[in-house]
Formats: sequence, C-alpha cells, structure tokens
Amino acid sequence: MANEIRLEVVTPSKMVVSEDVELATAPGVDGAFGVMAHHAPLLSTLKIGEMRFVKDGQTRSLAISGGFCEVSNNKMTVLAEAAEYAEEIDVERALRAKERAERRLQEAASRAEEIDVARAKAALHRALVRLAVAKGSSKQ
Amino acid sequence: MPSLKDIKIKIGGVKKTQQITKAMNMVAAAKLRGAQERMESFRPYAEKFDEVMGELAGSANPSSFPLMAVRPVKRVALIVVTSDRGLCGAFNANILNASEKFLAAQKEEGREVVVVTVGKKATGYFKKSQYEVVYSLSDIMGDVQMFSARQVGQEVIRRFLEEEVDEVHFIYGRFVNVVTQRPTIKKLLPISSEGLEDAGEGQESKAAAPYIYEPEPEQILNHLMPLYVNVQIMHAMLETAASEQAARMTAMDNATRACTDMIHTLTLAYNKARQAAITTELMDIVGGAEALKG
Repeated sequence: MANEIRLEVVTPSKMVVSEDVELATAPGVDGAFGVMAHHAPLLSTLKIGEMRFVKDGQTRSLAISGGFCEVSNNKMTVLAEAAEYAEEIDVERALRAKERAERRLQEAASRAEEIDVARAKAALHRALVRLAVAKGSSKQ
Repeated sequence: MPSLKDIKIKIGGVKKTQQITKAMNMVAAAKLRGAQERMESFRPYAEKFDEVMGELAGSANPSSFPLMAVRPVKRVALIVVTSDRGLCGAFNANILNASEKFLAAQKEEGREVVVVTVGKKATGYFKKSQYEVVYSLSDIMGDVQMFSARQVGQEVIRRFLEEEVDEVHFIYGRFVNVVTQRPTIKKLLPISSEGLEDAGEGQESKAAAPYIYEPEPEQILNHLMPLYVNVQIMHAMLETAASEQAARMTAMDNATRACTDMIHTLTLAYNKARQAAITTELMDIVGGAEALKG
C-alpha cells in the first residue's frame, strides 16, 4: 500500500521485525520520533527505550536497547543490540536483572569504580525499559 | 607375532574408537548447522552496519575521532580467536601458527606485542608462550553472545584509548566453506576510513536526498565506532565457531575412515594368524598319526 513504510528491526541474532507498517516510533537520543511512509532519509542513533509500530490499526511495541536507525527509500532499518516484543519479554528475568543492577550500583557507589557504575546504570535502564514495555502490553 | 587374542582385543578397541568418532562426526554436523545459521542471521546486521559506517565515514575527518587516531606503532595487540575444544584437526594449530608468525614479524620490526585470547585453546597456548597475555576469555565459543564480544571490545578499546597499544589486529578461523577454514588476520584499530569506504561502496548510495542526521554525523560516528568494533569481534567469533564445527566434522570423518582401514588390516592379520595356527595344529596331528603308524 502506498501509505506504508517497510520496517525492519535487525539484531545480531535475528531479524525481529520485517513488516509494512503505517507508523513507527523510535527512541532517538535527541528525543523520540515517528516515521511514516515516504519519510526523508534519516540517520539517527537510538537509546535504550520503547519502539512502537502501527500495522492495520494495531499497535505493537518492542523494547530495544542501543543501536541506530536508518530511513531511506521508504524503508526504515533499525539495528539494535537487542529487541523484544512486549509479549516476549521475560519479566522475571528483567526483575532479577533490575535487582542485580541496583545491588551493584550500591556496592559500586561505596568503592567509586566508574566503569562499573556506568555498566550497572545501563543494565538498570535496560531492565526498567523491559519491565515498562512488558507492563504496557499486559494492560492492553 | 602377536597372538590371536591380542589382535582380537585390538580390533575391538578400534571398533569402539570408530563408534565414538562417528558419533562426534554427527554431533559436529548438527552443531555446524546451528553455527552456520547464527552466522548467516548475523550477516544482515553486519552488512547494514558496514553500509551506514561507510556512508558516515565519507563525511568524517579522521583526526577528530580517537578510535581512528593513527599513531606511530610501538605496541601492537593481537586478538587470537580459537575454539574452546580440541579434536578438530589442525584447525586451532593453524590459527596459532599464523598468529605466531604475525607476532614474530611484528617483533622483527621492533614493536612490542601483547596478546588477547578468546577461546580456551588460545588461552592455554599463550599462557605457556613468551608473549604477554593481557586479557583472556574462555568457555564462550559454544554459545557466542554479543555480550562476550562487547567484553573483548571494551577491553581493547580502553587499551587503545589509553595509548597502551597503538594498533589492534585480530585473527580468526574464517569460514570459507565446509571443507576450508582459513586463519585470517585483520586490523581492528585504529579504524581506517578507507576500509569503511570500501565497505560502504558495495551498495551505491540509494538515498535520493542527503540524510537528515540526528544528532550530528560526528556524534553518530562516535557512538557507532565502539559498536563497530564489537560487531567485528562478534563476526570473528561466529565464523570461528562455525569453522570449528566444520573442521571437527572433517577430522572425525577422516578418523572414522582411518578406523575402517585399520580394522581391515587387523582382520587380515587375524585371519592369517588363525590360518597359520590351524596349519601348525594339522601338521602336529598328521605328524602324530604318522608316528603311530610307523
């Protein structure tokens, strides 16, 4: 259809999404943005966050972490290190990751190791986003 | 001359070995399929990454990126990627020999060398060698994860940025096809813009209009370069994992065939010995009968 844009979400392990969608939103580093059919060529880095797309009037959301996005020729390619559909998120695992990251943050704070703090913060961020996205899907 | 019993025991032993090698061959074949699939599903990611990096590198000024900084080379790091397990023919030995050659050549040019090992075989080998090992990662080749590649990536990036090393290369077992795996050396850091432009050239710039960059191209590049390093390492690890299984499959196939040959020769020897024993026995009986007659 003329009013659709091809969306591909690729991770190192597999192609997660490959569909024609009406609208896709992605968490850019300078703020979230939406892409519709025939968007101008765009290259943007993404942060850890939620990505959504609308197909046949239905919205689906994914938790993605790290990567970038390219739009050209009515095709949007998202390269992420990890991407999961909201329904596929392992909530228990995310919860454990959250607790682990929080614990590590506390430990690292007392010892002031910069690298560990940054890593734990990123891990915490990822876990929180996963939880939020998973929660959103269970409400719908 | 070995006795009949000895030969029989030996035949039994070789048969058992053959069963094992046959089983290992089949296991390797099954694992190879998985490893190859993972390698292929990673390809679109890597290709797209190359493409975008190539696109960006054209507009980049190398001197403004720390990961592209070309310095006089005093210290070189080599990341050696091998498998965790043995019994895969000369696969790991080939990689280790090639790295040994590379390291010797670097030394000849008066550069210091350090080694980063990925995979148990490389770790074990370089522990005993004259080279300094600065970082090791083992027991990860069975299930290659981006997480492991990132660990190695962060480690070499840190050393490169702190000017502890001035160049980083990596060697891995490139998967040419099921029967050929070739040790291949590539430069990882500094990232060269020529390499990137080559990578991007395969796909002609498709966008009709210039890109909208968000944030600025320089910032995107700064963000993507460490990821690019990880992607390269990940790629090397996936290829090595697939190569390992392919090499093991071939090695085990050869072993199974060698067992068949050996069983054949041993059976021949066994039959000959048996016949000889029967002949001597007959001679004895005939001799005895003759004596009684006389």
